[in-house]
Amino acid sequence: MKHAIIEIEHVTKTFGGVVANRDVSLDVEEGGITGLIGPNGSGKTTLFNSIVGYHPIDSGSIRFQGQEISKFRVQEIARLGLLRTFQQTRIYGAMNCVQNMLISIPHRKAKFLDMFDRQARADTEKGESLLDFVGLYEKRYLMAGDLSFGQQKLLEFAMALMNEPTVLLLDEPTAGINPTLINGLIDRLRRANEEFGITLLVIEHNMRVIMNMAHKIYCLAHGELLASGTAGEIQKNQNVIDAYLGAH
Amino acid sequence: MQILSNINILIEAPVFNLALLIEGLLIGSVFALAAYGLALVWGVMNVKNLAQGDFVIMGGYIAWYLGEHGIHPLFGVPVAFLILWCFGWLIYRTIIYRVIDKDLFTSLLATFGIALVISQLLNLLFSSDTQTADAGFESWFFFDGMVSIAQVKLIAFVCAALLAAGVITFMKNSRMGQAIRATAQDARAAKVLGIDTDKVYCFTFSLNAAICGAAGALIAMIWVIQPFYGITFSIRSFVIVTAAGFGNLPGVIAAGLGMGVLEQFGGFILGATFQQAIVVGLLVLVLVVRQMQQSRHRQVVQ
Amino acid sequence: MAVATTDKDGAPEQGSGISISLGSLLLHGGILVAGIAAPLIWPAYTIQLSVLWLMIVFALTWDILGGQMGYNSLGNIFFFGAGMYVSAVVQIGLYHPVGEYTDSAGQGFYAFTEAQYFTGLAAGIAAAAVLSSLFAIIFGRIVFGLRGPYFAIGTLGVAIAAGELIGAWDWVGGGSGISMPPFPGDPDIGKYFFYAQNFLLAISVFIFCKWLYSTRFGLALNAIRDDEEKAEGMGIHTLRYKMVAWSIAAFFLGISGAIFGNMTGFIEPLEVAFPTVTFGIFMVLMVLLGGKGTIWGPIVGAVIFHVIKEVTWTYLLGWQWVALGALIVIIVVYFQEGVVGWLMRKKPEWFGIRVERKDDTPAEAAE
Repeated sequence: MKHAIIEIEHVTKTFGGVVANRDVSLDVEEGGITGLIGPNGSGKTTLFNSIVGYHPIDSGSIRFQGQEISKFRVQEIARLGLLRTFQQTRIYGAMNCVQNMLISIPHRKAKFLDMFDRQARADTEKGESLLDFVGLYEKRYLMAGDLSFGQQKLLEFAMALMNEPTVLLLDEPTAGINPTLINGLIDRLRRANEEFGITLLVIEHNMRVIMNMAHKIYCLAHGELLASGTAGEIQKNQNVIDAYLGAH
Repeated sequence: MQILSNINILIEAPVFNLALLIEGLLIGSVFALAAYGLALVWGVMNVKNLAQGDFVIMGGYIAWYLGEHGIHPLFGVPVAFLILWCFGWLIYRTIIYRVIDKDLFTSLLATFGIALVISQLLNLLFSSDTQTADAGFESWFFFDGMVSIAQVKLIAFVCAALLAAGVITFMKNSRMGQAIRATAQDARAAKVLGIDTDKVYCFTFSLNAAICGAAGALIAMIWVIQPFYGITFSIRSFVIVTAAGFGNLPGVIAAGLGMGVLEQFGGFILGATFQQAIVVGLLVLVLVVRQMQQSRHRQVVQ
Repeated sequence: MAVATTDKDGAPEQGSGISISLGSLLLHGGILVAGIAAPLIWPAYTIQLSVLWLMIVFALTWDILGGQMGYNSLGNIFFFGAGMYVSAVVQIGLYHPVGEYTDSAGQGFYAFTEAQYFTGLAAGIAAAAVLSSLFAIIFGRIVFGLRGPYFAIGTLGVAIAAGELIGAWDWVGGGSGISMPPFPGDPDIGKYFFYAQNFLLAISVFIFCKWLYSTRFGLALNAIRDDEEKAEGMGIHTLRYKMVAWSIAAFFLGISGAIFGNMTGFIEPLEVAFPTVTFGIFMVLMVLLGGKGTIWGPIVGAVIFHVIKEVTWTYLLGWQWVALGALIVIIVVYFQEGVVGWLMRKKPEWFGIRVERKDDTPAEAAE
């Protein structure tokens, strides 16, 4: 049994009177791909935001590599090596792809004077090879804002890899991507996991994708944890089927 | 120290506190009126109008001008309302409609330019002397003359209250009012449902200018006006709206009255030279408080 | 087919920075020569030329935040005024009691020897630079939590408040200001002396900015401009960058304030030190006119603006401020991309920007 790199215990988060997460507990195994599914409004993105520090949680605990991070701020958590991508893809639109990559280098050990560093050749080469990895090498000098939505999504993924995270949280990586390209993306996510050793936590609506990829899946509904298990177990779980068909 | 002795006066003669309080509330009502206009354009159009105070001063000069030509400045209130309505319409049709969908700094800077043009034109027309529109009313005296209330200030207060009540009723009951509130909540949805948002924006901006004009006419009677006082009124409106939040009408009124009272006490304690510094100080204070609140409730990213 | 890109023609300059072409050599050399020759050819315009370099400093420093980082400050003039007053207090305070000096309103009982003057000036400029940066760090703590229009209005508030407070502070002369120590010797030499300082300052700011934008710092500023929350999410030390960027702008503005105060010889809070509606707004206007977020934009904007202003100002007979307001509105409404921004859109290849041509249908593109 591998050990858990993120341990979420009894997390509750409310907005005003609305409970977005109630008493959610889950573990993300180191080196694995963990899936997070659930109908719209079930609190997946809220849980993501709680993990990466976008808002305080009401109660419970979130630990990363054994360290309590629920009080940390966004930047500190990112520098620990816990990174997320956005559902509504966010890139730096008025900079070209290579520049987007260069500024995405890990800032973990950045000392004060590193701000004035020149761009290292090694960083440029690494950025370009990652752009190649996601298939954007040809477009590397185009403004990121001029890319199509799908390309921006790939760029954001490449930027995340550039940051050398320990864990990467992906919020619907295949949403808005041309179906013919999804297989390629799944393949790249797998390679990121296997070759770069990045632990993945993925929110996904596309069942084919997540069932194919994830080693373990958690299902949320109405802010609560409904079920967990392997893809096979989840597919047979009557609660999950009911939640998706709306019989709740 | 002058400041300490001023505070001492307030402690030893509590009746002065009362005088300052009343004075502050009466003037604050007019501040609240101008701030309400800003809250309107801010909430509906998301335009931060830096020319707000200059609209006020324009209204003030209209009332003063009428007064100089033998017409009672009280008539200046409706006249300024109408003239500024047209002026607001003109400004919207020539400038604001072009910046409304650009970033916020654009509208801020454009209205700053408008403010500069208005204040400088007023300066060329009427010189930079301070003016007061003489309404010719008496004062009531209480406590052996320690507390005086100028009747004109009370009249101004009533006018401001009536105007505010009129605008609020209009916003609640008329079709245009409903359209404005719908646009404020969700402009795109309003558009889809057949509301002509451009017309709504135009109306809102004109209404704001008109409210400011009426407020200015009142200011000219109860206080002094000068071409370059506009920026202070703009900052006042900003402080009030920022403190209250633009969707919060009772808040705007309370903050406006509070602003009037704070300025009166501040001016009495620190001296009249600090008038503008007090307003700006309140601005910085409100922004700092707002920032601390925001950092506690970090915005959620969807 | 995909856009054909080769490293040689496509790569925008980055990293190496050693891309000295004949054109750029001529351009930079020409500016340098013109800067040295101009006051000798037109000695009558030395003051105006000094102010031109000052305007370039204003525009370049404003653009660090406003253009490159997307934080539109309306209160940068604060550092100019702060530097001016810091330098005045240091220059006087080194040799005389400041309170008595300002009380006498420059009646000339307080003399400065030549050595005292130049030592004081050097110390004053240095103190102005350092303390202005320090002020930037202090105020940065307050205003950098504010975004968008709140930031603009907050900074405007700080600048106005500073002018008001200095005006009420008798020790530094209050509203009646301070007469600066006079330049020892021929006033004509003095003019060249201050011209040279403004010129050197502008050149230093230019070189510094050029270097700054070639480092990681430039990319980080652009990242904050494009999407600050993303930058935070990627672990960039955003506050650190914002603070340093503002203190860099404050550092140079402090120096420019110290020089300008000595050049005019008399300083007072509202019109000279903290002129929010003149210099304060000129900064923004010049950058918008020339083109935000570029190195040449602010310079082009400053030159165009200053020349037009100097030529037309006196003919406008009191209407110049109305014209200025109208100019702000026109630029903001109709020409916000600025001269250089417009050129970049029309001729992107001049700036090493690659644009996808319409006939290239990317095969692997995901729509």
